[in-house]
Amino acid sequence: MKLLKSFLVAAMLFALPMTLPAKEITLLNVSYDPTRELYEEFNAAFAKYWKAKTGDDVTIKQSHGGSGKQARAVIDGLEADVVTLALAYDIDALHDNGNLIPIDWQKRFKSNSSPYTSTIVFLVRKGNPKNIKDWNDLVKPGVSVITPNPKTSGGARWNYLAAWAYALEHKQNPQEFVKALFKNVPVLDSGARGSTTTFVERGIGDVLLSWENEAFLAVNRLGKGEFEIVVPSLSILAEPPVTVVDRTVDKKGTRAVATAYLNYLYTPDGQRIAAKNYYRPRDKKAFDAYGKFFVKTKLITVDKVFGGWRKAQKTHFDDGGTFDKIYGK
Amino acid sequence: MARRKRNTNENPFVKYTLILLVFIIFFLLLFLPLAMIFTTALRDGAKVYLDAITDSDALSAIRLTLTATVAAVALNTLFGLAAAWAVTKFRFRGKNLLTALIDLPFSVSPVIAGLIFILLFGSSGLFGGFLQSHAIRIVFAVPGIVLATIFVTFPFVARELIPLMQEQGSDEEEAARLLGASTFKTFMKITLPNIKLGLFYGIVLCSARAIGEFGAVSVVSGHIRGMTNTMPLHIEILYNEYRFTAAFAVSTLLALTAIVTLIAKRLIENRQGGAE
Amino acid sequence: MSRNGVIGGFGLSMGYTLLYLSLIVIIPLSTILLSAMSMSWSDFIATVLDKRALLSYKVTLLASLAAAAVNLFIGFLTAWVLTRYDFYGKSIINAAVDLPFALPTAVAGITLTALYAENGWVGSILAKYGIKVVFTQTGITLALIFITFPFVVRAVQPALEELEAELEEAAESLGASKFQTLTKVILPLISPSLITGFALAFARGLGEYGSVIFISGNMPFKTEITPLLIITKLEQFNYAAANALALVTLLTAFAVLFLLGMLKKYIRREL
Repeated sequence: MKLLKSFLVAAMLFALPMTLPAKEITLLNVSYDPTRELYEEFNAAFAKYWKAKTGDDVTIKQSHGGSGKQARAVIDGLEADVVTLALAYDIDALHDNGNLIPIDWQKRFKSNSSPYTSTIVFLVRKGNPKNIKDWNDLVKPGVSVITPNPKTSGGARWNYLAAWAYALEHKQNPQEFVKALFKNVPVLDSGARGSTTTFVERGIGDVLLSWENEAFLAVNRLGKGEFEIVVPSLSILAEPPVTVVDRTVDKKGTRAVATAYLNYLYTPDGQRIAAKNYYRPRDKKAFDAYGKFFVKTKLITVDKVFGGWRKAQKTHFDDGGTFDKIYGK
Repeated sequence: MARRKRNTNENPFVKYTLILLVFIIFFLLLFLPLAMIFTTALRDGAKVYLDAITDSDALSAIRLTLTATVAAVALNTLFGLAAAWAVTKFRFRGKNLLTALIDLPFSVSPVIAGLIFILLFGSSGLFGGFLQSHAIRIVFAVPGIVLATIFVTFPFVARELIPLMQEQGSDEEEAARLLGASTFKTFMKITLPNIKLGLFYGIVLCSARAIGEFGAVSVVSGHIRGMTNTMPLHIEILYNEYRFTAAFAVSTLLALTAIVTLIAKRLIENRQGGAE
Repeated sequence: MSRNGVIGGFGLSMGYTLLYLSLIVIIPLSTILLSAMSMSWSDFIATVLDKRALLSYKVTLLASLAAAAVNLFIGFLTAWVLTRYDFYGKSIINAAVDLPFALPTAVAGITLTALYAENGWVGSILAKYGIKVVFTQTGITLALIFITFPFVVRAVQPALEELEAELEEAAESLGASKFQTLTKVILPLISPSLITGFALAFARGLGEYGSVIFISGNMPFKTEITPLLIITKLEQFNYAAANALALVTLLTAFAVLFLLGMLKKYIRREL
């Protein structure tokens, strides 16, 4: 017990000079990668809007990391006012582990609490030498597919579900279809950037499965003119959701400003910034105005086809799920 | 070195073969990766490189990394000296257990090394409630980063000193004590000069590892830009934004810490040379 | 070894050692045990003896052992040359030894993968001879050799510096060959340092994650390391299972460290 006490004292000595009292309004937005530039621009726009509306200065701090890891950090005490993550499963976890938010959080903001969307597309090498047009081209022998590991990468789960949905749509056995697809996968990187490195820098693979916004980033930053984006006939509507973290805003008294912050994502200005960063705007007008480079295609949703993320995660990606069966004997 | 040259015949063929082998090891294992990092960092020109390392987030990351490193090195050096003294100068039961425990942090996967501090100080951790009701932040703030860094670099100094002091034995210290020197004086005048080199390597390894640590720190940091991002975390963020060149540019700064080692060693040797 | 009593400071140094050890290592690590114990016994067994987990232990153990063994050899060689000979470029090599520690592990992993991939500087040469490094077990070992390289060098270096020149001279004047001097006099004397370096390199290899995942390919049942499995458990918010696997790694490492400590003690007694 004595040991414990001295431990606490030592810990407090460490902590005291480093805790800063908050004076002006500061929000912490815990997000996933690679939304840094989107939110850098958006934060500036919102701060201006909020100043004009209320006269208050608001500073928004940003945190970026893998979506699941960010969710765990918030659960474990990272004081996020808002979270803007990659998939609803990670925000569901904020309710399931520690009850930080109500269960019906997804109804609190418009459009499933997802102000912008994306989808899964194919990145192929210049000229599309293997002539890859659609999901059924990925299961052909001799085609090498690069995707991260769905067990460790949120993005890869969308890839997997999109392929599964395609098989369902075309009356094929989905389990066999994804199994054939993953037979063509030579490397399972742990995250989306690892996969991109494998595809772009190592020159491995004929096609990279990627979020549309990341495919645009990869093309623009890593190899202009060396790659092409192919949009398949059917893909999945990726809905990166946002929510206010009740535990934090109730403690800090920032609910009003945090809610206004997220609502601002739905305004024409917010939608414009999202489109500029290659996310598909929800608002039809904004989509038509700023989203000319997005190819329209049939998009299915996780809720309709898979019964929501909780169920999808359990059926497909938890231990013993369909993904494990692909590699199991 | 200050030691006198060995008076034995050395076969020059053996000597130069061995030196050549070390050069090959150096080339394959250390030089090529270093060259790769610099090539990648500079492939988009000097401007991109300079912008990346003078970015305000990069600078604040450098500051935080240095803070954590200094804290970890200071505390672990103090511990290393105490532990080495206790282990090598005295007989006691359970010594083997103690030394094995000292090494243990090396074998803890960095992610777990971060997780244990979450389990202690996180909101549902053992001390979570206490900390929250007193508004003390440890994890997702600077103290957590310092703690995680201390943990992963914990054994370095002790590990360098223990085998060295064991080999040296305690005869000199015993003689000094019998001649009436105090324990403290014995330590300062006899032990410290003898272990200077081992201590130096311990501190060098400890700081190198503290600067480069990623996994554990990444779990406890919270990744708040400009506040709780260390250099390795900043590199990760750049990489995740598809800014590979900038990521490697910041990495070159970490690679350059080797040069600091070089300078430090020179300084020590010069001082040692002057003293004798 | 000294007799108790002549040299002072036992209480202070031991007290401080135990306090600091408890605060930084023992109390935090005990949370792994606590967390793993929140599972039922059968769940715990099912988690740690799962086929996938067993194969990951195999991959991790083999790669760590191989890497530590390689480092024992090249680390000793490097330390030997650095302490014995004067040559051009020595101080640069000496400073560069610590490079693997200062680089974030992910940077090391990405860089090694770039070098040894089939379109890389070294990989393209190896590919001509049909040698594949990246995305194989060899790649994992390579990453671990790099990451743990400084351990043996830095453990052996001070010990070699401290070796009494007289001992070797005496051995030679008594007619011992160079090789005999090395194996009968020098190696036994510095063996505690060698063992320390080996043990640390091995232990560090068991837990390494950041660099390995880039070069291993992470194929289930083939190139999946235990730390990767721990991460997948965390992704499912299953802290208990993650800690159960961490506990297995930890106990393995502890056993190895303990046994090597006994070995050192035994060797020293023989001397």
